[in-house]
Amino acid sequence: MTTEISPRITLAVARRVLLQLRRDRRTLAMLLVLPCAIIALLRWMFSAQTGTGFQGLAPALLALIPFVVMFLVTSVTTLRERTSGTLERLLAMPLGKADFLFGYALAFGAVAAVQSALAVGVSIWWLGLDVSGPTWLLLVVAVLDAVLGTALGLLVSAFARTEFQAVQFMPALVIPQMLLCGLFIHRHRLPGFLHAISNCLPLSYAVDAMTAVSTRTNPRVGADLAVVAGFTVAALVLGALTLRRRTA
Amino acid sequence: MTTSPIAVAGLGVVRGRVTALDDVSFEVPAGQVIGLLGPSGCGKSTLMRSIVGVQKFTRGSVSVLGEPAGSASLRSRIGYVTQAPSVYEDLTVGENLRFFAAVLGVSAQRVEECVALVDLARQRTQLVGRLSGGQRSRVSLAVALLGDPTVLVLDEPTVGLDPVLRRELWATFHRLADAGATVLVSSHVMDEATRCDRLLVLRDGRLIVDQTPAALLESTGAHDVETAFLAVVEAAS
Repeated sequence: MTTEISPRITLAVARRVLLQLRRDRRTLAMLLVLPCAIIALLRWMFSAQTGTGFQGLAPALLALIPFVVMFLVTSVTTLRERTSGTLERLLAMPLGKADFLFGYALAFGAVAAVQSALAVGVSIWWLGLDVSGPTWLLLVVAVLDAVLGTALGLLVSAFARTEFQAVQFMPALVIPQMLLCGLFIHRHRLPGFLHAISNCLPLSYAVDAMTAVSTRTNPRVGADLAVVAGFTVAALVLGALTLRRRTA
Repeated sequence: MTTSPIAVAGLGVVRGRVTALDDVSFEVPAGQVIGLLGPSGCGKSTLMRSIVGVQKFTRGSVSVLGEPAGSASLRSRIGYVTQAPSVYEDLTVGENLRFFAAVLGVSAQRVEECVALVDLARQRTQLVGRLSGGQRSRVSLAVALLGDPTVLVLDEPTVGLDPVLRRELWATFHRLADAGATVLVSSHVMDEATRCDRLLVLRDGRLIVDQTPAALLESTGAHDVETAFLAVVEAAS
């Protein structure tokens, strides 16, 4: 793996990815509007209920949505890059694998920041989500989740030959994490074995961190975020191994 | 280490149970346009990928500009155009070139020069996805020219181009070669063979001809390259 990072090339990759996204207005609109709409729908669902349904679920969704969306967007975009020959061309140029991966992570991280800022803003100021901890920390968690989604998307794109296959990885990798992350049943109330599994899944930590920030005035999320960041780095390193300059 | 821009010795590529290249050896001098010919599926692309350094090979060695193919230091000195145009369809011609220019670290001035070289100045603000097939391959070619490469490897760059443009591109290849570059061009259009300084003909992964077009005609007694080509292919099978 090429470990040197060239800021010039990394930024060029990030700018190019953002430029492509800007050209694709419909995708961009969906990226920004959809998360807000889903949170609003959740609020509406609970509008006739008493209790803390929305309050309990919204933080988890704020963690989940950027993760899922960026996973999908990245896996399809990088797959396209692999199949169109542009990746091979780039790897035949003086481009480090890290430049490529960090360029993508930077671009989609930036999109995720805007996406999450909108979703968090709408949740707090319009839908009345009560956040005990600092709002900025909520954003940090959301962006880290999105970058995790990007890293995993980059990784799985290596195992798909077509966009159809890439999209299938979403239910395969994401839905089990969604079920076990504490959204439906608190993780400690899961059967022992499933609890152990949920301890090994990154989304569990992301949701734990989100929930902590929204329910505690002085949330301690360092450990959770470190786990999410660790998974992200691991996925990027594995992703770099799948970027082969030489293929059979 | 040899000083030839491209030196291939005993190259063998086995893909699964299929032998894609079998004991291919040749050297080419600088400043020539070399035509790589052969029926489709004969191993032309595999050979080109080996030279560019993106192909895993089983046996033999490939050295480019005195270094093993695929060396990091070669990446800015080789221009490579794959068969399918490897450019971003959702970006304009200019945006594509500026991106690759940024990766290579070449100037905006060079982007303009390359756009002019492939005659796409009028299309520069158009999305690549909206261009015709020939125009798309020219965008891909322009990207390969950006770094002013010493070795240019072009996999069927003239497919789908009209005769006028094809002639202009061949003139461009010769200008680059006259300036000292080594240009390796694959084609399955035989009349293009006469435009090359030297011909390499592959058949079922084996190199069966390594001659000038004139010598090929003479040795086969044929009047045109197509007939000569058929003669050597039949003789080899």
